[in-house]
Amino acid sequence: MPRTLFDKIWDFHLVGQRADGRDLIYIDRHVLHELHAHHAFAQLEKQQRPVHRPDLTFAVQDHTVATKPGRDDDTNPSGTAFLKAMREGTRKNGIKLFDIDDPEQGISHVVAPELGIVMPGATHAVPDSHASTVGGVGALAFGCGTSELTHILATQVMALKRPKHMRVRLDGRLGAHVSAKDVALRLIAELGVAGARGYAVEYAGAAIRAMPIEQRMTLCNLNIEMGGRSGFVAPDEKAFAWLEGRPYAPQGAMWDRALDSWRTLTTDADAALDREVALDCSALEPQITWGTDPSQVVGISGRVPDPAAIDPSRRAAAESAFAYMGLKPGIPLAGLPVDRVFIGSCTNSRLPDLEVAAAVVRGRRVAEGVVAMVVPGSSTVKREAEAAGLDRVFRDAGFFWGESGCSMCAGGNGDRGAPGERCVSTTNRNFANRQGPKVRTHLASPATAAASAIAGRIADVRQLLSGVA
Amino acid sequence: MQPFTSHTGIAAPLLKDDINTDQIAPILNARSLKEDYKALLFMRARQREDGSEDPNFVLNKPQFRAAGILVSGHNFGAGSSRESAVWSMLANNIRVIVARSFADIYRENCLQNGLLPVVLGPEVADAFAARVVAVDGSAPFTVDLLTQRITGPGGADIAFEIPAADRMRLFEGLDDIGLTLKHMDEITSWEQRAAAAQPWLQTARDSR
Repeated sequence: MPRTLFDKIWDFHLVGQRADGRDLIYIDRHVLHELHAHHAFAQLEKQQRPVHRPDLTFAVQDHTVATKPGRDDDTNPSGTAFLKAMREGTRKNGIKLFDIDDPEQGISHVVAPELGIVMPGATHAVPDSHASTVGGVGALAFGCGTSELTHILATQVMALKRPKHMRVRLDGRLGAHVSAKDVALRLIAELGVAGARGYAVEYAGAAIRAMPIEQRMTLCNLNIEMGGRSGFVAPDEKAFAWLEGRPYAPQGAMWDRALDSWRTLTTDADAALDREVALDCSALEPQITWGTDPSQVVGISGRVPDPAAIDPSRRAAAESAFAYMGLKPGIPLAGLPVDRVFIGSCTNSRLPDLEVAAAVVRGRRVAEGVVAMVVPGSSTVKREAEAAGLDRVFRDAGFFWGESGCSMCAGGNGDRGAPGERCVSTTNRNFANRQGPKVRTHLASPATAAASAIAGRIADVRQLLSGVA
Repeated sequence: MQPFTSHTGIAAPLLKDDINTDQIAPILNARSLKEDYKALLFMRARQREDGSEDPNFVLNKPQFRAAGILVSGHNFGAGSSRESAVWSMLANNIRVIVARSFADIYRENCLQNGLLPVVLGPEVADAFAARVVAVDGSAPFTVDLLTQRITGPGGADIAFEIPAADRMRLFEGLDDIGLTLKHMDEITSWEQRAAAAQPWLQTARDSR
């Protein structure tokens, strides 16, 4: 019987069925972060249950770490207790921790693929909704809450209901300065914030094949913003080449054996899908959000919609978004003055993201009055960027160049905007108050964020680079 | 987990779609490992700019202060997977959320904690929302998991559907880890099979 890629991974990892009908799915790699892990460690201790596979479990400090150079546990005082509890919990349970001062510390979703901890065909869980970022290398990942995290620690399986299967076909070729971020924002706009609820989503098509692995990760990262828990791309030679030689990836003869297996990870022709959607990416321009949910998106040359033209069921939400964002219907987005620009987060903080932004910034200056930050997704990315001189490009232009972590994505480390500020951000959520009370977030690509920092206004990177201002 | 059989409480209408977990349980600056989940619930929405209470927010209205049931729209609990967005409901004795749909991870977190997620179809949901608004906290509703019915003032009983397995789990307050640990033999034999078939999955070693 023809099977989808999802079926192949799910079926291989099916351990059994529980009394309540849920499938027990084995989790090959479990990565914890400090914001939630301490609850789980405390629970396990109380229940006197051991961690079943500490050797398949990893931990990072990412949500609460300060980004200031020379940071330590106390630089962000509200994070201190979390960092210490994580250190203690991982030590007691024999779990490898990438601590705040580890040369490979970083955001879980950046670190796990970068070190080869996750692989094609592997299952992966993180107590974080953006877990499926690693779908970009062909892993099947599940974000989860704290109780599920505790459950995985104790059993190494998740008790899941099999989701439906959706394929998103991305046709055509991306234009210059258009990236996976723009594709994802357009998709969320088309399908809605709950469009993929209940589905595992496979991204396929010509545009996917042409995408570098890091961009595939950006796309899979944003899958949850349309409600999908798991999103992934069938791994190909590009993915294998990307992974080869990474420290935790299989080596030598084991690598060859893994490769043989990974080459079977495709969706068979004629495999049954519950839903298929297609998007032609050829005509896509850079996209940006105007509202307070990630489906409220326009093209960079577009105008904020008129509520009269919005579906009645979405109108009240749009009107409250207008008020929060300080916008009027019908005005163009490009040209709005910005106060702050943030480049980073699990969505867009890998080396190629920073290279794209640096190419825009090189030889230019951040506009006066704009606070602009770059926060690499991992200490490894930071080091590689510095070796390539990108830190100088950003610093010379007036950007803050930080230590790696989640930073301003959710502000858990104290990096926040001031009330009323308009912020162009490469992150994943433009929810009200997320980047600080009353901060007005516009989600966009690294190229658009960089161009907006230079222009001091929401900018079309294509115009900035061609000198048409 | 606290078993769920039936819950009686005032039903508070928060009739919006896409209520996200940042709204339900914001990440705050001054945090400790022991968060005050009672105070955390909708903390930003509850306060005005000067830090005083916003009398217009539904849970601040006198008739809804002790609400035990929250009634909302589509895609309730979208966003971050943080479980504090469930714990903060329970800390306020809200044990039922009636919505048109729930975000996947939030619904799972509800089931883990004995918070009953009730989904009503469009027409029933419209009628129930109107009824909750009309009753305006003057009398409580009862949500019964055994009979799968909502009873209360201002109209007939409302039947709701919930998958049998989810119902059993809530009803018996089953220990989720305990349920799975009954399968430990299957887990270890899977590990042995995987170690033979795809050995790279069963070892995670730094090759350097």
